[in-house]
Amino acid sequence: MTVNGAEVSADVEDRLLLVHFLREVAGLTATNVGCDTSSCGACTVLLDDESVKSCTMLAAQADGHQLVTAEGLAGPGGELHPVQRAFRAEHGLQCGFCTPGMVLAAVSLLRENPHPSEAEVRAGLEGNLCRCTGYHNIVRAVLAAAGQGTAGPDARQAEPEGAA
Amino acid sequence: MSILGTRVVRTEDPRLLTAGGTYTDDLRLPELIGAARVTFVRSPVAHARITGIDTTAARAAPGVLAVLTAADLDDLPPGDGSPTAEPLLATDRVRYVGEAVAIVVTEDGYQGADAAELVSVDYDPLPAVASISAALAGGPRLFDGTESNVAASGGEPSAAGAFRDCDVVIERTIGNQRLAPVPLEVRAAAARWADGRLTLWASTQNAQLARDALAEALGLAPAAVRVVAPDVGGGFGAKIATERDTITVAWAAKRLARPLRWVETRNENLTGMVHGRGQQQTIKIGGTRDGRILAYHLDVVQDCGAYPRFGAFLAELTQLMASGVYDIPAVTTTSRAVLTSTTPISAYRGAGRPEATAAIERAVDLFAAEIGMDAAEVRRQNLVPPEAFPYTTPSGAVYDSGEYAAALDKVLAAAGYDDLRAEQARRRGRGDPVQLGIGVSCYVEITAGDYTGGETSRLVVDAAGAATVYTGSSAHGQGHDTAFAMLVNAELGIPMDQITVVHGDTDVVPNGVGTYGSRSLQLGGSAVHQAAVEVKDQARDLAASMIEASSADLEFDVSRGSWQVRGDPETALGWAALAERAGPGGLAAEVDFRPSSPTFPFGAHVAVVEVDTDTGQVTLLRHITVDDAGLVLNPVLAEGQRHGGIAQGVAQALLEEVLYDADGNPLTSTLADYAAITATELPSFELLASQTPTKVNPLGVKGIGEAGTIGATPAVLSAVVDAVAHLGVRHIDMPATPLRVWTAISEARASG
Amino acid sequence: MIPPPFTYHRAASADEALALAAEYGDEAKFLAGGHSLLPLMKLRLAQPEALIDLGPLRELSYLRAENGHIAIGALTRHHDLHHSDLLASSVPLLAHAAGQVGDPQVRHRGTIGGSLVHSDPASDLPAVVLALDGVLVARGPAGTRQIAAADFFQGLFETVLEPDELLTEIRVPVPAAGQAGWSFQKFTKRAIDWAIVGVAVQGGSVALVNMASTPVRAAAVEEALASGASPAEAGALAAEGTSPGEDINATPGYRAHLARVLVTRALQEAAQPDPEESQ
Repeated sequence: MTVNGAEVSADVEDRLLLVHFLREVAGLTATNVGCDTSSCGACTVLLDDESVKSCTMLAAQADGHQLVTAEGLAGPGGELHPVQRAFRAEHGLQCGFCTPGMVLAAVSLLRENPHPSEAEVRAGLEGNLCRCTGYHNIVRAVLAAAGQGTAGPDARQAEPEGAA
Repeated sequence: MSILGTRVVRTEDPRLLTAGGTYTDDLRLPELIGAARVTFVRSPVAHARITGIDTTAARAAPGVLAVLTAADLDDLPPGDGSPTAEPLLATDRVRYVGEAVAIVVTEDGYQGADAAELVSVDYDPLPAVASISAALAGGPRLFDGTESNVAASGGEPSAAGAFRDCDVVIERTIGNQRLAPVPLEVRAAAARWADGRLTLWASTQNAQLARDALAEALGLAPAAVRVVAPDVGGGFGAKIATERDTITVAWAAKRLARPLRWVETRNENLTGMVHGRGQQQTIKIGGTRDGRILAYHLDVVQDCGAYPRFGAFLAELTQLMASGVYDIPAVTTTSRAVLTSTTPISAYRGAGRPEATAAIERAVDLFAAEIGMDAAEVRRQNLVPPEAFPYTTPSGAVYDSGEYAAALDKVLAAAGYDDLRAEQARRRGRGDPVQLGIGVSCYVEITAGDYTGGETSRLVVDAAGAATVYTGSSAHGQGHDTAFAMLVNAELGIPMDQITVVHGDTDVVPNGVGTYGSRSLQLGGSAVHQAAVEVKDQARDLAASMIEASSADLEFDVSRGSWQVRGDPETALGWAALAERAGPGGLAAEVDFRPSSPTFPFGAHVAVVEVDTDTGQVTLLRHITVDDAGLVLNPVLAEGQRHGGIAQGVAQALLEEVLYDADGNPLTSTLADYAAITATELPSFELLASQTPTKVNPLGVKGIGEAGTIGATPAVLSAVVDAVAHLGVRHIDMPATPLRVWTAISEARASG
Repeated sequence: MIPPPFTYHRAASADEALALAAEYGDEAKFLAGGHSLLPLMKLRLAQPEALIDLGPLRELSYLRAENGHIAIGALTRHHDLHHSDLLASSVPLLAHAAGQVGDPQVRHRGTIGGSLVHSDPASDLPAVVLALDGVLVARGPAGTRQIAAADFFQGLFETVLEPDELLTEIRVPVPAAGQAGWSFQKFTKRAIDWAIVGVAVQGGSVALVNMASTPVRAAAVEEALASGASPAEAGALAAEGTSPGEDINATPGYRAHLARVLVTRALQEAAQPDPEESQ
């Protein structure tokens, strides 16, 4: 398979999960394991440009496909991808564990729906758990990356007084 | 203009975004090359005697290096000998589903999953004690040598006449349900011994405490142990205590003379990591018909789970904060901590204070409903007034500063409270199936409750003019690197990108406490600030001698980070030059900051919900908050903490609960069953600014990390009850799931 | 978290898939999107000796208008069903329901065939296909057979398919002009959850999610509707003939109540001239 543009191949156990292939064989540890029931989305990667949960795929199923992990999003000089830039600008990450999967889920969402409403962003991220941020700034980040600023049609935001 | 108080995006983020963090299971260090994997065998039954463990088949499985049980733990210091001592691996008895019984060590993790299934344990079941009520009703003792499953008790009953003058007295038993912390990163550790010294990497909130715990458990001098906290994917209090499983991994690494790694599965985590909350509360509140609260008694029964650990202390914290923001003449509390054959309970975001707040807020709501007064109005009448600070509560807490009425007024105004009540009245008048509920909460909480332990900081400015902060605080998402760099930048003018913050490695930061209890900015940050002040003092004296002027004639230009003779920039000396002159160690200061008291952030929340009275479905429409934790160093970080706290608070009110059946079998041991809150259940929050400083520390800050959780839960629950109050509902136990809401509506309708 | 060992086969064609299945008997399972099967295997609740990966069989992913029905390849992903203009215009109930399955990542992998064969009464699509009177086409060593949806689901995780049969196509009749009204009501605690109770309505057909060990048609409701009952009158009969279960989210009585409420709402919505896209 191709991972972040580079060919990776190996002989592996039939039962090896894609997430472990990426972490152990391809050596890309940004993709995380967060649960056993395909619930949390921390393992989300892009398969042929679409978000998938790599814990719920066998490495073998990805054979011949194109994978993108969080490490593959930034530009050649390390420039942040627009979604990554928005996550930083909007403080859309705290501990960072859900972030690779969350960012990739957002990238896939925006590719399919370039101008989502706040409700569509929230629904689009229903497969990704975050425990730190309360999702508030994640949603702002995705809307910002979509060029919608931080006030989508149904966004509600009271600016704190004295904010710089 | 000082950087303090301005919005600064995080220095942590570029690395986390582009490379992902390096969490314990991501480590690819030379020291861990060739590490084997540990998989735990855990009890599938809640309470049983172990009559035999057969490891034969497991030992023969592919890749197995060893299978170890309690019988192999023969070279450790004896425990404290207490009847409720907790073993590393179960000896003759298991007391909760998920308790560790054995470990298999394999070359890789997949083999471990296979081999663990082959360990054959004979369990002779004992009756479970699966709930607080079961523990109170007697039930088999979980520990021989104890009289009952009540591990601790305290407090005093209300005075004889406390409620005598009350027109109205309400008493009710309510629940504060058990929760699972669910940090996205589960527990993990890696251990390596070399030359008699242990290096342990672990997902922990406090490396120094872990080092001490490991040293004690393994019979080592602390200097023989190095603990490193890599990036930690969330803790929320559940990663404070050093896990017995971590100690077992460290011990096994020595026994097998091989580095070992361990990472649990999420399903293991949901029964193996400590749970939070878990109280049965009996609230008794009395007052006058015109709204004055005269007396309050709270009885707390804290579920400890199978081992006492932290349970009794949680109850004490609840007792300490029982009266909340209210000035109530007579307040008493009683408590019991009980043992049950369930996962042990410990600190979880708020740790005893959400429970206290939920109880008093429910009580005030019930009181308001009884006397027919608006819930916000009753609160306003009973708040501790601003002139009363410092205010000593009947429980003995001394609140440092507060503006409780101002917070309440502010949040009500922002919520448009009167308009909301009007809309509610319209819907009630029409009998709409979808009703509006408005919930108000006022809260105060205690942060840096363990202030006597203080926090450390060492600051070094080097000959390149760069600064390194060594802090005992241990961020796991809070953004301390950014916050502490801001403190140094504000004091010394060193650019943010030339300030490095180091934490979480006991070889580099040997003394420290860690991050929990919302202590880090007020204690760790104050230590950083003081260290910066000391470095600045050293620099002034040094500059004076270098410029050959008197210190009194010097001024510091923070925008350029340089000392100069007042009005004479030609004489300016920057940090690089000063540090070079200071010698090989540069300019350095070390501070152990210990204030003389904790601090008490406060706030008020308004939650607006819709309840579909035909189905019981609840939708949170709006959540508006004031969370005042003193001066705000970086609004970005403070808001993020509030958001995360609010989400977890909402989750408790509406969705999450750890459930056990009567036999102690967990019913919510996967993330498909445990209803961790997602983005679709939450709105964007409306946060209001409020900064009431404290004098307890030089920064004027209190702790913000847990405040959102504490204020949110009671506001949301109150809103749900409020939505259906006109149908006769007075209370719904949390979480207010559709089933619970519909049941409450049905019962209220049935009883007319 | 880790499935037990098994042998992985990648089928290059449907014939090869069938040949492998015949070889293994009931020791092998077909792997489509894997989002019903792999989670079970990771929890070790399913332990097949072999998996036959159908992933390469792109020829089984299609949506075609044929004689009065839409022919859907069994390996068509939920995502593609949800975004299909053809399906949206001809059988909007199915297009909409497919967009409710799981989350976006699940929908990028999960297939309609996989979901139907998994036969979880709490899943969305079995009830939808039942409401639509779909026909399921299966290929086996003895040839091809067509199975009415009403006959397909046998019990919890059980269909009439033999281990050596492969579901290849689902035929969904295009609703007649007078039966075009539709609604899908999915009641959950969180958006991501399986339905506590769900309702699929197409014209006068009403099917229920999670009210029995299989998806069921609400026969009493349908009879009442056929006799001219109003949505509320018909909806009141929603729980008849069902056996709702008890779990941490609901009691049988609550499920029955939800069924009545949701069927009524679904019928009301289906009766509106221009149903909204998002329910």
